[in-house]
Amino acid sequence: MDFLTALQVLDSTVRLSTPLLLACLAGLFSERSGIFDIGLEGKMLAAAFFSAAVAFTSGSVWMGLLAGTAASIALSAIHGFASITFRGNQLISGVAINFLAAGTTVVVAQSWFAQGGRTPSLPPEGRFQTITLPFAEALRDVPIAGPIYHELISGHSILVYVGLLAVPLTWWVLFRTRFGLRLRAVGEAPEAVDTAGISVVGLRYAAVAIAGVLCGIAGAYLATGLQAGFVKDMTAGRGFIALAALIFSKWRPWHALGACLLFGFLQAIALRYQNIDLGAFTVPVQVMDAAPYILTVVILAGFVGRAIPPRAGGEPYVKER
Amino acid sequence: MDRMPAWADAVLVPLISLLLAAILSALVILAIGESPVEAFRLMVEGALMRSAGWGYTLYYATNFIFTGLAVAVAFHARLFNIGGEGQAMLGALGVALVCLYIPWPHWSLALLAASASAALFGALWALIPAYLQATRGSHIVITTIMFNFIAAALLNYLLVNVMKPAGMMEPATATFPQAVHLPTFQDMFSTAATPLFRGSPANVTFFVALLACLFVWALIWRTRLGYEIRAQGHSETAARYAGIRPVRIVVIAMLISGALAGLMGINSTMGEAERLILNSTEGAGFIGIAVALMGRNHPLGVLLAAILFGFLYQGGAELALWTNIPRELIVVIQALVILFTGALDNMVRMPLERAFLAARRRRTRRAEPAE
Repeated sequence: MDFLTALQVLDSTVRLSTPLLLACLAGLFSERSGIFDIGLEGKMLAAAFFSAAVAFTSGSVWMGLLAGTAASIALSAIHGFASITFRGNQLISGVAINFLAAGTTVVVAQSWFAQGGRTPSLPPEGRFQTITLPFAEALRDVPIAGPIYHELISGHSILVYVGLLAVPLTWWVLFRTRFGLRLRAVGEAPEAVDTAGISVVGLRYAAVAIAGVLCGIAGAYLATGLQAGFVKDMTAGRGFIALAALIFSKWRPWHALGACLLFGFLQAIALRYQNIDLGAFTVPVQVMDAAPYILTVVILAGFVGRAIPPRAGGEPYVKER
Repeated sequence: MDRMPAWADAVLVPLISLLLAAILSALVILAIGESPVEAFRLMVEGALMRSAGWGYTLYYATNFIFTGLAVAVAFHARLFNIGGEGQAMLGALGVALVCLYIPWPHWSLALLAASASAALFGALWALIPAYLQATRGSHIVITTIMFNFIAAALLNYLLVNVMKPAGMMEPATATFPQAVHLPTFQDMFSTAATPLFRGSPANVTFFVALLACLFVWALIWRTRLGYEIRAQGHSETAARYAGIRPVRIVVIAMLISGALAGLMGINSTMGEAERLILNSTEGAGFIGIAVALMGRNHPLGVLLAAILFGFLYQGGAELALWTNIPRELIVVIQALVILFTGALDNMVRMPLERAFLAARRRRTRRAEPAE
C-alpha cells in the first residue's frame, strides 16, 4: 500500500467515523445521566430521512439539518417520556424507537416521494459541500505534510469538523462545568443529586435532549453529507456500532474518538478491499464487519480492561417518600 | 390492597395498549391519505377470509410463537434476550446442516433431527452472552445485540464462501432433498374436492410450536427449574438466600431461550424456503419482543399475540399489494405495540389502577352505612 492509498483510506476513515462519533457522544451524554439509549440507530435514521426530505423540498441543506434534528429530538422526547416520566424499561423503549423510525421513515417516504421508500437524489445545494481549508492548495506539493493536510485534514464537509470539535466540547461540558458534574452525578447516585435539591428529572431530560441533537446531526450527515439522499435503512447498524464504541471507550469522550476512528477505519478497509490477502491466508470482509461487535464483547467480558457503566444506568429514579 | 384484579392486569392492560397502538396506526394511515377502515378491511380479507390467507397468517405466527416464547422465558428470569434474531439465524444453519449432509429416509426423522440441531445451535449462540452475564456481569442486552450482528456476518461468510453451490449467484445453499420436505397444511388438509390452504407456507411446524407452548407452560409453572427461574426473576437476592445459584439459572434460562429461538429455523428454512438463504429470519427475532410483551410472558398469551402479529404481517403484505401503503406500516404498528405494552406500560396501568381503586372505595363507602 503506497502513501497516497493509505491517505485515501484514512480520509475515508474520517468521513465514516463522523456519524459514529456524533452518535457515540449522544449515547455518552444519555448514559452518563443514567438513561440507557439503544435507540441511537432509530434517531439517526429518522434524522437522515427528515433532513434529506426537507433539504430536497426546501432546497436548503440547513433547513434539512434543522428538520432532521427536530425529528431526532422528538424521538428523544418519547424516550424521555417513557423512561423518565413513566419509569418504563429504557431498553424496551429504545427497541421501540428503532422500529418506529425504521417503519415511519419508509411509510412517509413512500407517501411523499413514491420512490419505493427513498428520497430523490439531492441536488448540490441540498448537500453539505466539502470545505477546503486555507492554504490547502498552496501546500499541496510540500512533501509528506502537504498531502496529509490537503487530503486528510482539509476537504471534508462542515459536519465532520463539528463532530471532531464535539469531542473536546463534550469533555469540557462533562468534566469542567457544574452542569456536567451534576449530569455525571445523576448517572451514578441520583439520590444524592436529589438530596442536594437539584432536579433528577430535569437533568435527565436535558441529557436525553442533547443526545437527540447529536444523533440528529449524525443522521443529517449520513443523508446530506456522506450520501446524497435517504435510502431505506441507511444507518445500517451504525447506531449499534456507536453503542459498541461507547462501551469500548468506557463512557469517556477522548476514548470515544479513538474507538470511533478505529471502527471507522475498519469500515473504510471493508469498503475499499473486499477480502484482504495476507499471503498465507485471506481475511474475509465479514471479519471486518463483525470486528467492532467482537471487540465490544471482549471488552464487556472484562478480559482486557473492564467496562463499568454508570452505576444508576437503566434504573428509573423513584423519589423516596 | 392497592392492586387491581388479575384479569384486568392480564387482559385489560394489553388490550388498551393494543387499542392505543391501533388508533395511532389509523392516524398514520390517515396522514398518508389512505382510509384506515378500507385498510383494515383489506387486511382482514387477505389474511383471514380465505384459507390460503390463514395459511400465511399461521406460517408467520409459527415463527413468532418460537421467538416470542424465547423472549418470554428469558423475561421470567428478568433477562432481556434481544438476540432472538441471531439465535434463529444459527438455528436455521443447524437445520440446513442436518438436511443437506445427512440422507434422510423420511421427513419425520429429519424433522426430529433438525429440531434438535436447531435448538442446539440456537442455545449455543446464547451461551456466551449468558455465561458473560452470569459470571462477568456483562450486560446481556448489549452482548446479545452484538451477537446478532456477529451471527449475520458469520452466515454471510458461510453462505458466500462455503455453502453456496458452485456456479450459483445468489448467496444460498442448494435446495434440500425432496425427502425432507415437510407436509404443508395444503398436503394435510386438502381433499380432492376441496383444496385448502393452496400455495401457502404453513406447515407441520405449527404443531411443533404448539408443543413448545405447552412445554414452556409446564416448565415455568410446573417444574422446580421453572420455579427457580421465576424466583430469580422476582428477586435475585431472595433466590440466592433460598439456595438458588444465579449463575446456573441465568445460563439455563438463556440456553432454553436460545433453543426456542433456534427452533424457528425449522419453520422458515425447512418448512418454507427449503434451503438456507441470507436473512432467513426477516426480523422475526425482534417481533418476538412485541409478542412476549403483548402476551404477558404467558404461553397462551404468546400464542394469541403471535397469531395477531401473523395476521398483521399477512395483512400488511396484502396492503402493500393493493394500496400505496408499504409493508413497513406493520413495523410502525409493531413499534407502537412494544412502546405501549413495554415502555409506556405505566402510562396505561396507572390510570387503570386509580380507576379500580376509586371504584372499590365507592363500593366500600356505600356498603358501610348498611352495617
